[in-house]
Amino acid sequence: MKIKAYTMPNDLEEAYQLLQEEDAGIIAGGAWLKLLPKTLAPAIDLSGLKLDTINETEENYTIGSMVTLRQIETHGSLQTYMSGVLQEAISHIMGVPIRNIATIGGTVAGRYGFSDLLTPLLALKANLVFYKKGQMTLESFLKEPPKEKDILLEVIIKKEYGKANYTTVKKTANDFPILNVSVMKIGSHFRVAVGARPSVATLATKTMTYLNESKTLTEEVIEEAARIAVEEIKFGSNARGSKAYRAQLCKVLVERGIKEVAYENTN
Amino acid sequence: MKCVNHNTGSIDGKGLMLGRSAYTNDLADPNALTVKVLRSPHPHAKIRNIDIRKALLLEGVECVLTYKDFKRIPVTRAGQGYPEPSPHDKFVLDSVVRYVGDDVAIVAAETEAIASRALELIHVDYEILEPILDFEKAYENESIIHPEPEIHEMFPIGFEPQKNVAASYHMEIGSVDEILKHCDVTVSTSHYTQAQAHVMMEPHTANARLDFQDRLVIYSSTQTPFHARRIVSQALEIPMSRIRVIKPRIGGGFGGKQCLHGEFFVAAVTLKTKKPCKLVYTRKEVFESSYSRHPMRIDVTLGSTKDGKLKALDVKVLSDTGAYGEHALTVFMVAGAKTLPLYNKVEAVRFGGRVVYTNHTPGGAFRGYGAIQGNFAVESAVDQLCEKLGMDPIKFRQNNMIAEGETSPVFAKMGEGTEGTAMNMDSCKLDYCVNRGMELIGWKDKYPRKTISKTKVRSVGMCLAMQGSGIPYIDMGSAIIKLNDTGFYNLMVGATDIGQGSDTILAQIAAESLKTTIDKIIVYSSDSDLTPFDTGAYASSTTYVSGNAVKKAADQMLEMIVEEGAKALKVRPEDIHFDGDVLTVKETDTSMTLESLSNRLFYNEDQKQLVATHSYVGTKSPPPFMAGFAEVEVDLETGAFKVLDYVAVVDCGTTINPSLAKVQVEGGILQGLGMAMFEEVIYNKNGSLITNNLMNYRIPTRKEVTNIRVEFADSYEASGPYGAKSVGEIGIDTPPAVIANAIYNAIGVRINSLPITSEKVWAAIHSKEI
Amino acid sequence: MKIQIKVNGKIKTFEVEPDEYLVDTLRKHHYYSVKKGCDTSSCGVCTVLLDGKPIASCSYLSVKANGHAVTTVEAIEEEATYLAELFGKEGADQCGFCNPGLALTVYAMKKELANPTDEDIRDYLVGNLCRCSGYVSQHRAIKAYMEVRKL
Repeated sequence: MKIKAYTMPNDLEEAYQLLQEEDAGIIAGGAWLKLLPKTLAPAIDLSGLKLDTINETEENYTIGSMVTLRQIETHGSLQTYMSGVLQEAISHIMGVPIRNIATIGGTVAGRYGFSDLLTPLLALKANLVFYKKGQMTLESFLKEPPKEKDILLEVIIKKEYGKANYTTVKKTANDFPILNVSVMKIGSHFRVAVGARPSVATLATKTMTYLNESKTLTEEVIEEAARIAVEEIKFGSNARGSKAYRAQLCKVLVERGIKEVAYENTN
Repeated sequence: MKCVNHNTGSIDGKGLMLGRSAYTNDLADPNALTVKVLRSPHPHAKIRNIDIRKALLLEGVECVLTYKDFKRIPVTRAGQGYPEPSPHDKFVLDSVVRYVGDDVAIVAAETEAIASRALELIHVDYEILEPILDFEKAYENESIIHPEPEIHEMFPIGFEPQKNVAASYHMEIGSVDEILKHCDVTVSTSHYTQAQAHVMMEPHTANARLDFQDRLVIYSSTQTPFHARRIVSQALEIPMSRIRVIKPRIGGGFGGKQCLHGEFFVAAVTLKTKKPCKLVYTRKEVFESSYSRHPMRIDVTLGSTKDGKLKALDVKVLSDTGAYGEHALTVFMVAGAKTLPLYNKVEAVRFGGRVVYTNHTPGGAFRGYGAIQGNFAVESAVDQLCEKLGMDPIKFRQNNMIAEGETSPVFAKMGEGTEGTAMNMDSCKLDYCVNRGMELIGWKDKYPRKTISKTKVRSVGMCLAMQGSGIPYIDMGSAIIKLNDTGFYNLMVGATDIGQGSDTILAQIAAESLKTTIDKIIVYSSDSDLTPFDTGAYASSTTYVSGNAVKKAADQMLEMIVEEGAKALKVRPEDIHFDGDVLTVKETDTSMTLESLSNRLFYNEDQKQLVATHSYVGTKSPPPFMAGFAEVEVDLETGAFKVLDYVAVVDCGTTINPSLAKVQVEGGILQGLGMAMFEEVIYNKNGSLITNNLMNYRIPTRKEVTNIRVEFADSYEASGPYGAKSVGEIGIDTPPAVIANAIYNAIGVRINSLPITSEKVWAAIHSKEI
Repeated sequence: MKIQIKVNGKIKTFEVEPDEYLVDTLRKHHYYSVKKGCDTSSCGVCTVLLDGKPIASCSYLSVKANGHAVTTVEAIEEEATYLAELFGKEGADQCGFCNPGLALTVYAMKKELANPTDEDIRDYLVGNLCRCSGYVSQHRAIKAYMEVRKL
């Protein structure tokens, strides 16, 4: 990655206008910049736009796009929100010196397949707020990001009450996941997200529908749900694992995830 | 003993923790040019044309060197004794590139950015040649990797480049085929090991400058400064007397720095430009363009009686040395030489095979040096034989393993590239190591497995290992000790501290002999102008070989002090008692402190500098021994497994510094577990390494294995300094076989290729189910 | 570009390229305690404190540090000396290349975590790799440090 010019605007509109230049790009934390094979001219640092706070209301968490991963995992109530699922996922990312740099905005905008965080964010039905485009769901953003260049301002998580978990299999603790799964239970509703397939995280919608339509949650139902997840989700092979192994991990982690959120008391 | 066998902290720990300038890159001239190397994108190609004109025109570029700038002098980069047992098959730069990452051209520029830009401006026209990317297809392949007429071996090592063979060897004691015919039970196995990367934290670094005498001074992150001086002299045709190699503090080596990497390039640039320069390998270069462990296929056949007496041992190795033959023969031979003697009661033993060239990153020295590969195959096969015999693998080993006072004919037969040296095991507490390890791991309760739940099972596995202590009659260490005014000493050694703590333990040995404390011993290692010769930090030689040299020099210094003291006090030397601080005339009150004696020798009377020097070359290589044990927990659904406990009981003679010795073993074990479990090496089909950075090549973090327990057997090796043997490598040898054996005990399937990943374990369970 | 960083309490002006990383700027100006090990944010040897928080200086653009405070190990000499003593007792110092970065991370951890468990310590330090020690000796020393040097 190369940067031809660097700028840190204090005004959103100015940042937006600059971004429209052909080679312009945004720098969030900058932790993964090196992975980008392009030249930025200019590189627009959002640090001057005061997007680095987490606001909590009765209904929502509003997380500024420049909030670091470390801020989220150490935030008083977000840390424990929904069984602490975000903290759990973030704790698997590299190490503290990187989590003090990497931001939620960078994580979302990068749409990284290897992300630990996107999987539970999807299950939490996170919403994104862009400067021009306004709101869109993380789910649709991950499926197809808007073509127009825009600035991600914040990530909104609507407060719900339930139980959640995040599980992953990795080679070593600071490696990227071979696969990861986040399962949530809100009331009697389940959500299942699967990431590092190795492509970007996705919701297992058919699995969710099947679970939500099942009257009782027997071993057989859970097994069937996991089978549906394996069937509906596309897996691939890379250096971390084969397609077949990922399918197996998906089956096991989905089963275990469902059992964990279903069979214990919800808060 | 006051110093030896004590946990004095490392003499350099504080300074390094505080970040004092110490490493090669810290010590480069602040105005050094940045050197970068253009690297081959092809596994095998001929340079038809190379156009450097545009790069030379770039402002800030000082020089661009290609193969046209170098005389064709074949050398080996391997830092080994001379003549080397490695083929001379490498030119500083060549018109043929032999692996992705091979050296094409050298650029020196005022800044790193300019040097990088200049690399992009060099245009190379390649003629693609057929690569060999599968080492099992290299032998007598139509494509020949080294057809150059100039290359040669230094003495017979079975070098046949026309057949892509870098080295070969065969030996047999007794008749294996005959004995096997009469064995009740036999097993034959094949095992594969991968090209593990060293991943020392400090990348390969070198810098060069011309001093005021117009001599070439090279600072290098090397384990072998004296070999580096010799090889640079040969390759660039500079008299050795015009070169000084300084080894500053090294940020880890593990064998990876027992070879020249950037030294030629910085030397050539400084000679050409007359300016100081430096080269720091990127992590990608460390992975792709230095060298890694030789991958091997190892076929083992064992034969025994039905009551478990091992009678025949047959090991056949195919080793992949990649594009160049550094350490090709010796690593391959150690795969046999440091495993076969463990079972010394066999009636016949055979070892042989060849080392082939391929178009992969070269193989080279790496802690364990073949022993870890051989150990994985032999110690896995032993468990397989026990399975067939229905015999407890520990009982089998206890019946067949080597014991104190015994020998093996293999020692006399196999050396490292030459004939070996016969020796008896004057210290061998392997029996204790096994018994104690069994106790610590809880073998009796845990073997072979315990079911924890529907999806979890726990099991144990173990194996034996041996290494050596230097290479007899080859590895030489030497030491100089000088006395200073006020009575402290300089200890100058050629031995290279690469982070293992050898400066500290050598100071402990000197302090013990001189009856003083280690703060009075100022250690300097190593500098080809200032310190005496040492072959270097490899082959587990420093404690035993260099340690013996230090002890002898220190003993000599003690005698010199007593002699001078006797002169000063006007008595005979035998009348002097010296306690390290004070020289006393026996049975009198007459005394003199060392401080006043040394001040006297410098300033007042009988003025002279006391200097003692000694050398040591081993006449044998007493092996450290170890028994390794692990308890693992396997998730039967995902194949993921954890090492719950790793137990090592080691016989390395006296531990000069028990803490440092322990950490040598602990660190070796985790590095071995990395090879056993995590460190996958993946090439794409074009011969390009995918696992060429620390995101894709995973070494253990502090979370994977948290329970490593190391104990030492009470042992004394009379030929070692204060009873010590070496301990640098033994720790790494056991994990591959221990883990393979434990996984077999858990799931009933044997995994015979490294690393044993969760996916392989799952696939093994899965294939058993269907 | 011209930037100002307060390094170890002293304001310094540096001329940097827009795509220069903090580790390179610091080393260029002879802060040699900051090491460079991997280029991919994976090893932790380049760790410095930015406004008191540990960051991987190989992954942080120098321009972003403009107006901020950077601490290298030289500024925590007393703490690092104490840690070095504990490392020495355990034989954990080894090659030393990762130690300045590790010392800074341990120091930051001590300020952040009150009574960390073994697991907490390993979690916090997981990004600081060491190839020499096998970590167990380091862990013993760091645990002792956390016990004795409570703030």
